[in-house]
Amino acid sequence: MDFQKLIEIALGAILINNFIVSQFLGICPFMGVSKSTDTASGMGLAVTFVMGIASAVCWPINHYILEPQNLVFMQTIVFILVIASLVQFIEMFLQKSMPSLYSALGVFLPLITTNCAVLGVVLQNTQQSYSFIESVVYGVTGGLGFLLVIYLFAAIREKLEFAETPKAFEGFPIALVAAGLIALCFGGFSGLSIFG
Amino acid sequence: MTKVIIATGLLLVLGAVFGAILSFAAKVFAVEKDPKEEAILECLPGANCGGCGFPGCAGYAAAVAAGKADVNNCAAGGEGVAAQIAEIMGVAAGDSVKQVAVVHCTGCGIDHTKYNYEGVQDCLAASRLPGGGPLGCDYGCLGFGTCEKVCPFDAIHVVNGVAVVDEEKCKACSKCVDACPRHIIALEPYKTKKHVAIPCSSHAKGPVVTKVCANGCIACGICAKACPKEAITIEDFLAKIDYDKCIGCTICAQKCPRGLITVDGVVPEKKPVAPKPAAPVTPVAEEPKTEEPAKVEEAKAAEETKASKGE
Repeated sequence: MDFQKLIEIALGAILINNFIVSQFLGICPFMGVSKSTDTASGMGLAVTFVMGIASAVCWPINHYILEPQNLVFMQTIVFILVIASLVQFIEMFLQKSMPSLYSALGVFLPLITTNCAVLGVVLQNTQQSYSFIESVVYGVTGGLGFLLVIYLFAAIREKLEFAETPKAFEGFPIALVAAGLIALCFGGFSGLSIFG
Repeated sequence: MTKVIIATGLLLVLGAVFGAILSFAAKVFAVEKDPKEEAILECLPGANCGGCGFPGCAGYAAAVAAGKADVNNCAAGGEGVAAQIAEIMGVAAGDSVKQVAVVHCTGCGIDHTKYNYEGVQDCLAASRLPGGGPLGCDYGCLGFGTCEKVCPFDAIHVVNGVAVVDEEKCKACSKCVDACPRHIIALEPYKTKKHVAIPCSSHAKGPVVTKVCANGCIACGICAKACPKEAITIEDFLAKIDYDKCIGCTICAQKCPRGLITVDGVVPEKKPVAPKPAAPVTPVAEEPKTEEPAKVEEAKAAEETKASKGE
């Protein structure tokens, strides 16, 4: 087990190649569910949860079904199928066996059924030919990066409510400007090499 | 060509497998939903105001169906909804005491400010400033209308610098109670018999109150002594009414030297025993105060006309 590589993947997914602000994946929940820090953290946790499990489930499907059959070109459509049923399954499972977790994440789960960040993470896992552990780490930390950015953004938006914005910029436009500024800040991490 | 067949076959197989897993899971993990719950949810107003103490109407419906909540907790729906739910659950509705939000401030101190405030027009923002906001009184209504913004029923408005509740529209959802940074709004029973209220929140000592407000409670204790049922107590320099004990005799309102205590929303005219009625207070007071005797007269006139019509 190469811990150095895992740390590199983790920090890369959280800061350097953050899913939202540098890869622009998962923008719809980022803009849609970031009006308050409560819902933003719920959404972030749900995404982290689903991304981790999706990585774990899609890796064996890619590795043991698609690759031996030379059907890697099918991966996008197969992964969509897998993720959609997986999220549905998780929702049912949580509702029955973990009602408290379901009440915390439940509303957000259907929203991320075919979220591009979730699909993105599994596609990147195959592109980077990550091992199983690496895939799961990439999925979970990618979700944590999503959580970090959506939480920061929601906190900023809560403050923006009180800001005196020009009439034309009120609401969504000023939020987009703030999102751009966050992306710019995270741009500072780009090109950072962690181990030499 | 074989590749196409393999690919199609694979997708079909995967789809069938996942479909089978899901339908299996739907049975294994099925959460039995009470049909009553959905029926109850249909009756509820759907405003998700949270006044019942549960997260939204769905949460309340689930709690009622599970027998964990009473059928008459929906303040927004009122008795009509309570009766419908009671029918579904097969129990008697019982009387739900209507409550309304009450602002414990008369706004008679709005002219006494500590400084000019030109910041964000929001009570929370203002209350964070040094001195707890621009208002001279440390306890009174700041009047920036944070309660007005959160009210889902358009029932509370800032009038002449103080929040006023429209008791007809108020559904007692307690959103304003939570929103008020000064915690001066509370839910109280709606006009039972004669509704006596002490609209002041000031815990400041008497001399401080007299400086910043025309009729704030100075904790003189006259009302507490006058009350035949011991319903009024002075706690931390503020008179409080226990509505379980209050019988609506209005003696306290007659005795209050500040003309603060109201009966059904108005300060009653003092009986001729007192040489000077509420008069010494009213000239100093703000507009809403000066209007009040007029209101009483109007009410009386209305009553008289009604009576004459009745005849």
